[in-house]
Amino acid sequence: MTETVIELAQVTRMYPGNPPVHALRGVNLRVGRGELVGIVGPSGSGKTTLLNVLGTLDRADAGTVCIDGQDVSTLDDRQLSALRAHRIGFVFQQFFLSPGVSSLDNVADGLLYTGQPLAERRRRATQTLERVGLADRAHHRPNELSGGQRQRVAVARALVGRPSLLLADEPTGALDSESGASVLELLRELHEDGTTILVITHDHDVAGLLPRQVHIRDGHIASDDALPTREGR
Amino acid sequence: MMHPSRLRQGDALRVAGAGLKARPLRAVLSALGIAIGIAAMVAVVGISASSRAEIDQQLQALGTNLLTVEPGQELRSGGTATLPAESVDMVARMGPVTSVSAVGEVDDAFVYRSDQIDELKTNGISTFAARPDLLGAVGGEIASGRWLDDALAAYPTVVLGATTAERLGISQADGSVAVWLGERWFTVVGILNPALLAPELDAAALVGWPVAEELLGYDGAPTRLYERSPESRVEDVRAVLPATANPENPEEVTVSRPSDALAARAATDETLTTLLLALGGVALLVGGIGVANTMVIAVLERRSEIGLRRALGATRAHVRIQFLGESVLLAGLGGIGGAALGGVVTSGFAATRDWPFALPLWALVGAAAATILVGAIAGAYPAARAARMSPTAALATV
Ligand SMILES: Nc1ncnc2c1ncn2[C@@H]1O[C@H](COP(=O)(O)OP(=O)(O)OP(=O)(O)O)[C@@H](O)[C@H]1O
Ligand SMILES: [Mg+2]
Repeated sequence: MTETVIELAQVTRMYPGNPPVHALRGVNLRVGRGELVGIVGPSGSGKTTLLNVLGTLDRADAGTVCIDGQDVSTLDDRQLSALRAHRIGFVFQQFFLSPGVSSLDNVADGLLYTGQPLAERRRRATQTLERVGLADRAHHRPNELSGGQRQRVAVARALVGRPSLLLADEPTGALDSESGASVLELLRELHEDGTTILVITHDHDVAGLLPRQVHIRDGHIASDDALPTREGR
Repeated sequence: MMHPSRLRQGDALRVAGAGLKARPLRAVLSALGIAIGIAAMVAVVGISASSRAEIDQQLQALGTNLLTVEPGQELRSGGTATLPAESVDMVARMGPVTSVSAVGEVDDAFVYRSDQIDELKTNGISTFAARPDLLGAVGGEIASGRWLDDALAAYPTVVLGATTAERLGISQADGSVAVWLGERWFTVVGILNPALLAPELDAAALVGWPVAEELLGYDGAPTRLYERSPESRVEDVRAVLPATANPENPEEVTVSRPSDALAARAATDETLTTLLLALGGVALLVGGIGVANTMVIAVLERRSEIGLRRALGATRAHVRIQFLGESVLLAGLGGIGGAALGGVVTSGFAATRDWPFALPLWALVGAAAATILVGAIAGAYPAARAARMSPTAALATV
């Protein structure tokens, strides 16, 4: 059995309101080190909520969330931030690149809160940009890049700290199929190098290419490839 | 346990500055209020310090050891008392006294530009008989021409005070101009600079003692004595001056120290300085509100950036430091601009009046402290708000 990176047990998340929204209703999920998991489900089913809870950006109302064996509900803001700075990389659907800042520095910002010196951050950002195939765009600004290139910069920023866990929310959602495919290819390469990756996607074709798929519907897990053969993995 | 999140100091500064660099025009405009406040305060302090430095310099040059003796009021009748004619010699005989001189007001002798002028238009100019050693005693200077030395004092010649010359419209003292004084012509031989320690000379026409007695019916009684002694003895001398100058009626005599009046003039400016300083403070406050407003807007606009930073590992404290730093930098921008502007205004003002430039260090330190304080207070609420923001809520706003 591989080492567990993520372990969710009976996780619920309810947004108060009128009526209140039960975004997650008792989710159980285990992800082992080095897995590449696709999270699929209709709009509003709770995928983003799940990813935020996994990434410690949001807290579960009930149930336990363990990252690298650590129950995150016992961690304070500083410890959670440390976890995000060192172990978790996020790729957002809307990129969230800093406008007016070069690709290189956008990527280097992925290491900003690790306390490494700027020169070292830039050195590693250069390497990571090479890795995503954008070495020649290092000094371009986001508005000078194509959508797919922007998303790859965002992936590079998530990767530059060598996180043990990469969480990507619809990284191909805003892209045409060709750009989407190149980002997906990048994720597969990272997977082959041993990074643990969770990818949210709407797209069943994309999901079909991933080794493990978790289907979410209405806040709970409708099906999970891993479950029947869980012990076998 | 793993390494904590960490933001280096240099990076914190860079992150705080990045927000301003992204919107330079907005930064400049919102720093303007603080710049005006600081400029006003620095200029007020600088100008009053320069004016004081000027007075100090003058006192340094003129000395603070001059005492003047006036006859004062006659206690019984209330009329103007007189000093005995020999009072100058009596004061001169006092041990510590280094120099004595005197003037005597010549009654009913008025000065006119010509004999055609209406007698009532005296221009407020009085005529004084002056001893030849007067200038040395009061530290007066000749602006043009010459002084009434022993050779001239016996002739109908006159030296005009600075104000007198101005009122009569006379700028030449080469002997070519004469004024109508006491029903005869007196040749103008000199014009004085303003006499700071003896301002009464400014609006006077000075004639020689012998001429005054011979031609103008002057009785020879001095109306004001000027006396100097070593600085350390001034108070001792002051105590015995009345009895020495007028042994018969010492209680009538008034002794004063003109340098005190000059220093007091600098002190009276302080009320105005305080008022202007308070006005600068109000401008600073308004500037601070402007900065706070800008920061509130910045936090609202940059929610997704805040969410992203939290996802990259920023703690709440890091977010707070970022916005607090941005606010302090914004205020600091205004502070530096304001201090520079205040310095320029001060030096310009001082230059036009020929004052020395003085800007006390405490004013700059105070301006820096005020700026940082205003920036920190203005940024406190927006920064706290940014720090409190939940990462998911911040990211959800597009
Ligand atoms: N901040 C919030 N307040 C209230 N309800 C929310 C909030 N965020 C999400 N929801 C609700 O929770 C449910 C799950 O939202 P979530 O964003 O996780 O969906 P999703 O699966 O990511 O959908 P999509 O594929 O459209 O991105 C939705 O019904 C949504 O309306
Ligand atoms: Mg979503």
